[in-house]
Amino acid sequence: MPKDHGIGASVKRREDIRFLTGTGNYTDDITIHGQAYAVFVRSNVAHGRIVSVGAEAAKGMPGVLAVFTGEDFKDVGGNPAGWLIKSRNGEAMREPKRPVLAHGKVRHVGDAYAAVIAQSYNEAKTAAQAISDASVIEELPAIVDMRQALADTSNRVHDELPDNECFDWGWIEDNRAKVDEAIKSAPHVTTLNLINNRLVPNAMEPRASIGEYFPGTGDYKLTTTSQNPHLTRLLVAAFVLGIPENKLTVVAPDVGGGFGSKIYHYGEEALVLAAAKKLKRAVKWTAERSESFLTDAHGRDHVTKIELACDLEGNFIAFRTETMANVGAYLSNFATVTPTFLHGTLMAGPYKVPNVYVNVKTVFTNTAPVDAYRGAGRPEATYSLERVVDKMCRELGLDPFEVRRKNFLTPDMFPYTTPVGLAYDTGNYHATLDKAIQLGDVAGFEARRAASAAKGKLRGLGLSTWIEACGIAPSNLVGILGARVGLYDAATVRVNATGNVSVMVGAHSHGQSHETVFAQIVGAMFGIPEGSIEIVHGDTSKIPFGMGSYGSRSLAVCGQAMANACDKVIAKGKKIAAHMLEANEGEILFSDGVFSVSGTNRSKTFGEIAFSAYVPHNYPLATLEPGLEETAFYDPANFTYPAGAYICEVEVDPDTGKVDIASFTCADDFGNVMNPMVVEGQVHGGVVQGIGQALLELGVYDENGQLLTGSYMDYAMPRADDVPFVTVDHSCSTPCTHNALGVKGCGEAGAIGSPPAVVNAVLDALNRAGKKIDHIDMPLTPSRVWSAMNA
Amino acid sequence: MTKVTMTVNGMSVSAQTEGRTLLSAFLREGLALTGTHIGCDTSQCGACVVHVDGQAVKSCAVFAQDVAGATVTTIEGMANADGSLGVIQAAFQEHHGLQCGFCTPGMVMSTAALLAINPKPTVEEIRHGLDGNICRCTGYHNIVKAVLAASGQDATAMAAE
Repeated sequence: MPKDHGIGASVKRREDIRFLTGTGNYTDDITIHGQAYAVFVRSNVAHGRIVSVGAEAAKGMPGVLAVFTGEDFKDVGGNPAGWLIKSRNGEAMREPKRPVLAHGKVRHVGDAYAAVIAQSYNEAKTAAQAISDASVIEELPAIVDMRQALADTSNRVHDELPDNECFDWGWIEDNRAKVDEAIKSAPHVTTLNLINNRLVPNAMEPRASIGEYFPGTGDYKLTTTSQNPHLTRLLVAAFVLGIPENKLTVVAPDVGGGFGSKIYHYGEEALVLAAAKKLKRAVKWTAERSESFLTDAHGRDHVTKIELACDLEGNFIAFRTETMANVGAYLSNFATVTPTFLHGTLMAGPYKVPNVYVNVKTVFTNTAPVDAYRGAGRPEATYSLERVVDKMCRELGLDPFEVRRKNFLTPDMFPYTTPVGLAYDTGNYHATLDKAIQLGDVAGFEARRAASAAKGKLRGLGLSTWIEACGIAPSNLVGILGARVGLYDAATVRVNATGNVSVMVGAHSHGQSHETVFAQIVGAMFGIPEGSIEIVHGDTSKIPFGMGSYGSRSLAVCGQAMANACDKVIAKGKKIAAHMLEANEGEILFSDGVFSVSGTNRSKTFGEIAFSAYVPHNYPLATLEPGLEETAFYDPANFTYPAGAYICEVEVDPDTGKVDIASFTCADDFGNVMNPMVVEGQVHGGVVQGIGQALLELGVYDENGQLLTGSYMDYAMPRADDVPFVTVDHSCSTPCTHNALGVKGCGEAGAIGSPPAVVNAVLDALNRAGKKIDHIDMPLTPSRVWSAMNA
Repeated sequence: MTKVTMTVNGMSVSAQTEGRTLLSAFLREGLALTGTHIGCDTSQCGACVVHVDGQAVKSCAVFAQDVAGATVTTIEGMANADGSLGVIQAAFQEHHGLQCGFCTPGMVMSTAALLAINPKPTVEEIRHGLDGNICRCTGYHNIVKAVLAASGQDATAMAAE
């Protein structure tokens, strides 16, 4: 009988009940009495000078209550970037102001330059169209291609900047000369030019926000689709609208997926608050999917040249990369850290390579802002590495499994500081590779290949090994690197008088299952039923503080904060128990929900101690406060370093170029696993997002900056019949050494490790068939594969 | 405005609607049945699937007035009479066939329609049958397992682990 509760059990999710019965509470499900509706007037050109906004056209139209334009917000603050990155020459990055509504210029299709508030959604929409029709925007040449953007300094996304470069970053600059020299003198150098394709995150719930203002108190409330309501509160309050933080509550209720796109503060959130104040009524905005495509922060979009230097046996000597990373028209909140510290620091991979240098130029273009999307920088690093390693193996006639094996760090080398500045705490990359080889039945590949060939299909096998840095922290380190915030997390554990527990956590769950899994941890620590524990998240008025959920950090950072708060509760409980049991505190043991005096049968249950804390009739009042509630802020000593090995098998139809995934196998090291069912689900989802990137998805702008893939009619989302079952394993565990839970994080793994495995498999199939093809850029659509085969 | 009457989850309901009012809006705004979700504007994602006279229908692509008199079932009508989860709902929970929950109502409604015409679908038939419903969280792995289980088949044996 499998365990049905506690740490390590696949406890079924409590949140499922409301989602399965249609009683969830997503932002658009909420109706506030008297609410009005906001619709945004968005640019239909990529780059243009706003000559006039036809706000007058909406005046007097049915239901119209107010119109806002960029002029109304030109004196408020801008939405800032969360990290200050410095260029190689020491200059600070260029940071143009990101306004609530565009004024002066529009800078991408979908850039909002006005908003109309009306009694009904349809009235607002009709009026927005009238404003759009009456507005005059002088179209300017669109800046779309990154190379052209850097070359042509006369046409600029931001007129006040000298060119379209945001920064030119080197990591680590002190490595540069040594790496150049190592590459120059190496016996072999493999060079690969590749594109990490632009993706649109596409959480299934479109963004939505409701602003409220309470004139009697001057309080504001923002209900919004956010992965981190406290960060949104900070940005709206301190940076954009100048509302005191204590007068603004931000609530993120049920949120239908994020994948990074809902980390950031967007102008729509500020607009509904400002409109609510002006109109003294609630104002609601819900994105249409078309708006999501145009305005949610996109992901990836790197153009990279990577060089791998090695000896003729395939021992790595150096990696060097040059990358152009698109940041779009404005800096989204994490846009500057994603292609730098979340990318360059991972460029040593799981390997003992002595020399690594990474150069990244970030480029403004007339496209939607680009920011962190599931994996965020780490998929880009992994893709570059794992693709160039395979190309080198082909060039030198080496076995890709053996080459990885001989270059892996070995377990005795930890802790290990990489040439790009990370200190890996623990890992066993040989173990995950061996496990993947076993589960993926690599030994049986030849027979399967023959069977595919008999059907006229080309079968290939691809490998990818990956590592990531997640649980993003510690604050003092990221502060030195340019972070403008701390990256700890917080939790309050409130034991109620009747012995049940309310836990307020800074992490936000939008699919990650915190309500179930966090309760498993608290239940195990307190020895009480999980059903008596409530996990509260997503409301700044209830939660001490929090940095939200992204970067696979919820459990490793917030979960540990919660565990630390539980430890404080237990420590206080021991003091209370010592008094009640007339013993010394040092004699009190706590186990399975019972405080007892060592070596005796005298004991008090957890519930009795809780009751005593709130009804303190027999209580050490002179030395101890009543109540049983503790808060912990936890700032980790290091990142966590999950890692793994992925093996993909594909069948390619040589007549059409269509790729089918025949099997996909993952062997991951996530450290200790709290709920295997949830972890496996996270990997399944991440892998399919990675398969989507590898085979299907591409955000395409034409030369005029029009988004050609602006709906599900033309942006290919993975569907049920595009993907296989995914074999997952997390048994090769090396627990994290610097958090007590021993956890590492699993949310992004699948999306990081899978794209190179798929592409390596397709190229393996083609090369085995005698096609000398070094590279095909993602997505590997039938057209691209067929064209490469028939070039 | 025209008065529209239909039976929703076993109850007769009436409301004044405009000609352009979609069934999805009628359910969400008119009846506060917010379990039916809107995930796109091109009838591609399937989050809004409901049953109209037993057929799976994308409620964002149907005018409320066009289904006057019909019998409509939404996710709110899928639990057992005693409030416990129905077979499909229970299978989705048992097999972790949902994460953020946003696509889930549509998935459950499409599954019910699929199983009504094909009580023991193969894995391939399930994947094909659900290709009008997009999920961004689960990679479909556990959704397919849940559908297998809901149809009385051994999900663990059929799904590679």
